Amino acid sequence: MDFVNAIILLLNYIFIPALTYGSQLALGAIFVTLIYGILRFANFATGDMMSFGTMMTILFTWYFQSLGVSLGVLPTALLAIPFGIIFMILYMLLIDKFVFKYYRHQKSPPVQFAMVSIGVMFVTQAVVRIIIGPGDRRFFDGEKFIIKAREFKEMTGLNEGLALKSTQVLTIFVTIVLVSLLFWFLNKTKTGKSMKAYSDNEDLALLSGIDPKKIVLVTWVIAGILATIGGALYGLDKSFKPFTYFNNMLPIFAAAIVGGIGNPFGAFLGGYVIAFSEILLTYAYKKFFMYILPESMEPNSLVQLLSTDYKFAVSFSILVIVLIYRPSGIFKGKVL
Amino acid sequence: MVGIFQSWNIALSIFNLCLISAVMTMGANIQWGYAGLINFGIMGYTALGGLAAVLISVDPVQEAWSAGGFDILMSLWLIVVMVLVIRFILKRFKKSKIRTYSIAAIIISGILLIRFSAEPGIEAIEAVDPAKTGFLGGFGLPIIFSWIVGALFAGGLAFIVGKVALGLRADYLAIATLLISEIVIAIIKHEDWLTRGVKNVIGLKRPAPYEVDLQTTDWFIELVEKFNSGKLGLIENLADRQAALNQLVIEGSSVFVKLCYSGLFLIVVIILLILTQKALYSPWGRMMRAIRDNEEAANAMGKNVVKQHLLIFILGSAIVGIAGAMLVTQDGLFTPGSYRPMRYTFLIWVMVIVGGSGNNFGAILGGFVVWFLWIEAAPISLFLINFFTAGIPETNALKAHLIESVPYFRFLMMGLGLLFIMRYRPKGILPEKIEIK
Repeated sequence: MDFVNAIILLLNYIFIPALTYGSQLALGAIFVTLIYGILRFANFATGDMMSFGTMMTILFTWYFQSLGVSLGVLPTALLAIPFGIIFMILYMLLIDKFVFKYYRHQKSPPVQFAMVSIGVMFVTQAVVRIIIGPGDRRFFDGEKFIIKAREFKEMTGLNEGLALKSTQVLTIFVTIVLVSLLFWFLNKTKTGKSMKAYSDNEDLALLSGIDPKKIVLVTWVIAGILATIGGALYGLDKSFKPFTYFNNMLPIFAAAIVGGIGNPFGAFLGGYVIAFSEILLTYAYKKFFMYILPESMEPNSLVQLLSTDYKFAVSFSILVIVLIYRPSGIFKGKVL
Repeated sequence: MVGIFQSWNIALSIFNLCLISAVMTMGANIQWGYAGLINFGIMGYTALGGLAAVLISVDPVQEAWSAGGFDILMSLWLIVVMVLVIRFILKRFKKSKIRTYSIAAIIISGILLIRFSAEPGIEAIEAVDPAKTGFLGGFGLPIIFSWIVGALFAGGLAFIVGKVALGLRADYLAIATLLISEIVIAIIKHEDWLTRGVKNVIGLKRPAPYEVDLQTTDWFIELVEKFNSGKLGLIENLADRQAALNQLVIEGSSVFVKLCYSGLFLIVVIILLILTQKALYSPWGRMMRAIRDNEEAANAMGKNVVKQHLLIFILGSAIVGIAGAMLVTQDGLFTPGSYRPMRYTFLIWVMVIVGGSGNNFGAILGGFVVWFLWIEAAPISLFLINFFTAGIPETNALKAHLIESVPYFRFLMMGLGLLFIMRYRPKGILPEKIEIK
């Protein structure tokens, strides 16, 4: 019985949260990796673009709520996400047209692109804060839990409860669907293949008659979908705050690079690597050991490898280690 | 200009921060402009400089030392032993899987051991009067020394970072340095025994006199009286005149203190400017430019690119460290929570790009212009909003919303400024001048 309790404990506090957080990171990381692979720059505006998409979703959620439209047990935001995506894509295309296009035609070095994306980051940050303000917003409605900790305890008679939030299930489900669609698109359709070809060797792709304008357009469309959904899921699960989104850029970068930048599948897994290592290393295992060890051996301390304050530091350290020993990432990406 | 419109006090504090920004920008400019190294870790070096200011100037906390000093020293000793062992292994054994794994094992067990030995000490230290101290304190030296120590700290960190990350391609280097600086901030924020963490350190010593002391000093009151004799002469009533004088003395004292800081900072800026100008036009500066413009060619000419990159990375970071110490000196407090990448990394980069990379005067100009705009963006945009919405009544929701969000227009201004400069004047306001002799 104690053993089952221990397993439930790990599931509840490590596995499910890490899987959720990892999914959110994975979506962002694929966004970064796509932009890097096809448009060839590190996009420092990632976090803020995600917050822009989320903001649009929130605005539409509020609008639907004021109309009285809802999805019952599901959050209204699901209905608003498609509209958020449309505005996100429009915003990205606008920025591409007025900012990035020029440098693409100039064939500027990636550093210059990165600098320009910092300008975009500043502007997007301002836009988001001017429209919705810097405060904390919760826009979740509908049923909060699928399984409540107390109900679970009563049902199974265990000491440990297992709480399953609907946003967690939603996040994991949406991520799986979205990512499988994306991989199907990249690997099976003609446009997807031409995107891959463009990413591998630009000149060769152009010679074989691939239209670069179309590639760039499709890339931004996919990026917009990923950014909005990733951002909205994070916002539903936790809450929306522009500053948090800016900070999330860092673990997202870490996930993309750890997975091998330019490689979408690597980025997908990288998100989970980062999320699991962050949570595994900062979780206090005291209760876990209390269950599985006999009473005489119970630990006195928290059995925590690192304090939770170092959550971000863990993912960054992983990144640094990967950069030193395996610069192309765990799954071969572009070599630096 | 601000002096006339708002007050001399505000004008001087903006000027002081402009000077500090200029120093930071010079540091970043050395790395980016001279050598083409991109360093997004400015925040980390600034914070280390600030930490140096705390460690140098705060009086040591005796009880904390006696409570946990031994444990801390033990762990420091352990770290040194660990590093030595790793060095020994690296030297003695050939590269192999076993070596890599054994080093990893040493590091992991070392960290566990250090945690184990330091834990009681840290807890004891943090328990010593947590509301006031709860940390080891510093050395109780004049805070000016910290400017040099800050440079050493930052340079030391840069040495480690440079060893690790300089081989990376430019944009990876940017990301890596950004993340490393976040790690540094995380450590400073949470190692309370060393830095008091988010509890902040306040009331640091000053290199300049205190306002309160000045207000009771005779020569200072006389000075203020002399300066304002015309204005004071107009006031007939003796009591009124005394009151006016008191007011002026209070105002004058804070201006005087700020002027002292300005003087100190100006000295630093001028020294750095002379040094960097000399360096830029020396053979060494020429070599750096050669490396920047064509690494392979410079390498083929027998220049040690890796070593020079490391050197310039350390130098630039050290200058940023000086600026960090100066910043804490001027504020008189150390708040680890306030180190945010937006303010301390990206804004500095805007300064470098706007001012003109590779040009020291450009860096200083960028520091001044961008900092001034950053501070004054809110009033300017408030004025613009009022101007353009003059016809709309005050109660209009849109206008009220815009006025409420005035502080965020500074981001918009910075972003647009950066984008326009990048597009239409990619070399900055004062472009790099290359003299061919």
